[in-house]
Amino acid sequence: MHALVRDNVGTLLWVVVFAPLAGAIVNGILGPRLKRGTVSLVGVGAPVVAFVASALATWGLAGREAVSTTLFTWIQAGPIRVDLSLWLDPLSAVMILIVTGIGSLIHLYSTGYMHGDPSYSRYFSHLNLFLFAMLLLVLGKSLLLLFVGWEGVGLCSYLLIGFWFDDMAKAVAGKKAFLVNRIGDFGFLLGMFVLVFWMEGSLDVPALRDAVDMGGGHFVPGGTGVMLVTLALFLGATGKSAQIPLHVWLPDAMAGPTPVSALIHAATMVTAGVYMIARLNFLFALAPTTMAIVALTGAATALFAASIGLVQNDIKKVLAYSTVSQLGYMVLGAGVGAFGAGVFHLMTHAFFKACLFLGAGSVIHAMAGCQDIRLMGGLGKRMPWTRATFLVSTLAIAGVPLLSGFFSKDEILYKTLALQPASGPVAGWIGPLCFAMALAAALLTATYMFRLYFLTFSGELRSHHAHPHESPASMTIPLVVLAAGAALAGYVGLPIEHLNFWEHWLHPVFEDGAARFVSTGSHALEYGLMGVSTVVACGGIALAWALWRGPLTHVPAKAAAAAGGFYRLVCDRYRIDELYDAIAIRPFQALARVTHRWLDAFGIDAVLVNGPPRAVGWIGSIVRVAANGDVQAYAAALFVGLAVLLWLVIP
Amino acid sequence: MSGVPLSWWLVLATALFGIGALGVVTRRNALVVLMSLELMLNGVNVAFLAFARARGDSLAHAAVFIVMAVAAAEVAVGLALAIALFRHGGNVDLDRARRMKG
Repeated sequence: MHALVRDNVGTLLWVVVFAPLAGAIVNGILGPRLKRGTVSLVGVGAPVVAFVASALATWGLAGREAVSTTLFTWIQAGPIRVDLSLWLDPLSAVMILIVTGIGSLIHLYSTGYMHGDPSYSRYFSHLNLFLFAMLLLVLGKSLLLLFVGWEGVGLCSYLLIGFWFDDMAKAVAGKKAFLVNRIGDFGFLLGMFVLVFWMEGSLDVPALRDAVDMGGGHFVPGGTGVMLVTLALFLGATGKSAQIPLHVWLPDAMAGPTPVSALIHAATMVTAGVYMIARLNFLFALAPTTMAIVALTGAATALFAASIGLVQNDIKKVLAYSTVSQLGYMVLGAGVGAFGAGVFHLMTHAFFKACLFLGAGSVIHAMAGCQDIRLMGGLGKRMPWTRATFLVSTLAIAGVPLLSGFFSKDEILYKTLALQPASGPVAGWIGPLCFAMALAAALLTATYMFRLYFLTFSGELRSHHAHPHESPASMTIPLVVLAAGAALAGYVGLPIEHLNFWEHWLHPVFEDGAARFVSTGSHALEYGLMGVSTVVACGGIALAWALWRGPLTHVPAKAAAAAGGFYRLVCDRYRIDELYDAIAIRPFQALARVTHRWLDAFGIDAVLVNGPPRAVGWIGSIVRVAANGDVQAYAAALFVGLAVLLWLVIP
Repeated sequence: MSGVPLSWWLVLATALFGIGALGVVTRRNALVVLMSLELMLNGVNVAFLAFARARGDSLAHAAVFIVMAVAAAEVAVGLALAIALFRHGGNVDLDRARRMKG
């Protein structure tokens, strides 16, 4: 059996990628004519097939470094050659399992959540198309193929954020997500252009890795060229993974249906930036300066977003800022050279954040569309399953010991302190600074997540219009499975040498990148930090309990009043949107107005397009007098002309 | 006949042509305009024949016959137009026929 699977991993990979595409095509073209049951069967069946194929492919991969399969040569132009090739290595195996596994659960959940939506088949078609693009992104052997998937997930994100496009605000949110991502994509493209020159035509990741291993050429450790290329690629990652300064689109992306937020804007697509850095770890590790910038960006984003999450009142907005914050952790992990830890957090986060979003969707479903946590409360009694799964995931994200978030977050924190670049002019204060920011963010995470939990599920219901009820089984079953994952996923990466299956599995992928970092840590430091994280997590939870549930419930309002301007600044998300509006959007629109008025309306429309016909018309209106249709007048003119000619010719 | 000098013939031809041209330009009746056209053509014919005789070259006779044939065709077309005009408007006034434009 294993031999059979082992020999057919390539075929399985095509099944993984094309099953969701087939689902998207069937539902996209035939969907409106099919019965709901059939649409659900196709929509959920495709990711399940992909998941089974992914699991088999991963099983078949075990023990080998990578499996590659080529369908055909896509681009052949001079030295440039890009094949349509898929490439399965331990990292992409992990990713396809996350994408198809959590994707399947969220598709199943969607059959309950989207039940009754008039565009049911369009929803599943787009969601399947998203899975196709995401799997292509993850499995693409060439960076260019990765980019195709990268753009594909961006497109699907746009389509699904604006799924209810008859609401203007939602359509605008989709557009914003798309445009902000364009900025990042520009950086990614720029990086690829340079790399394709350096590589003389190949963008295959294994070839790139070999070139970096060989050294020489442009791939000089600490070189300026490598630094600029990796910075450009990192710009792409900040766009996709919602890091400062391009984080602004993700909170707005919550306009989409909640399962979309869970799948695309929490578990999978937004992690593409982290995946890309991890995929190119050998390249990023060449540029210590870039790595320092990556780490600082991640840590700053983690802290910054967590502080906003503390004051939001929309259940999905809290989770959105939480996602930005957790993505910050992953980027921080990648930035300090702990690629395995970053991807580990990516995996655990996919479980607990998908569970949290789906739980939020269940709550919103029960509250008949209401998302304001100030109007909720007491939902725990009415929705026991949602409450239990939400609690498990909240404990996991807060970093309570023995749950998945604890292990992954703690590993990032530890490696932030422990790892140093083996060479390169990077200041020693960066690690401790990042660590301090990440630790503060961990405290805030525990606090805002339990604020959310207490306000939603504890106490008494504050809305008098809602009649909450538990969601159907199609929604609670995925919640239970994801909550189980949120609790247990951490055990694949226990911080004990021989039991750390995760590091062992990913070692072949990250060994080149990790070799450029030296560890100054010790077990004492690691276990000490675990104690610190535990104290921080429990402290955050206790703080949240005291402030929003316990004896100090009057304090938050007073503190807000005392903080005054700063509180409003945080409430307004530090007015980053307003800043961009002032420095980018409005000047751009003013420029657009000027070019519209003078270049387009005047220069092109009035002068170039309407000018010639108007001139012809004007000349015609003058000349028309002569051509009045009177034949006799023409004849008279003819004779006069003849007479003049004769008078001139005859001497 | 042979005693009449060339210049006299040319004066006659020019006079015929000029009278015809004046008629074409000034008259409003389509039939008169057609007749004036015939005058112009015949003025030209006279000039052809006068030069032919003066130069002793008979090739111009051929040209005259062509002109006559063309004139006959032209009269056929012109009269057909005049009849169509009459049926259309009840008269053959060229000034009124201008209204057909557009």
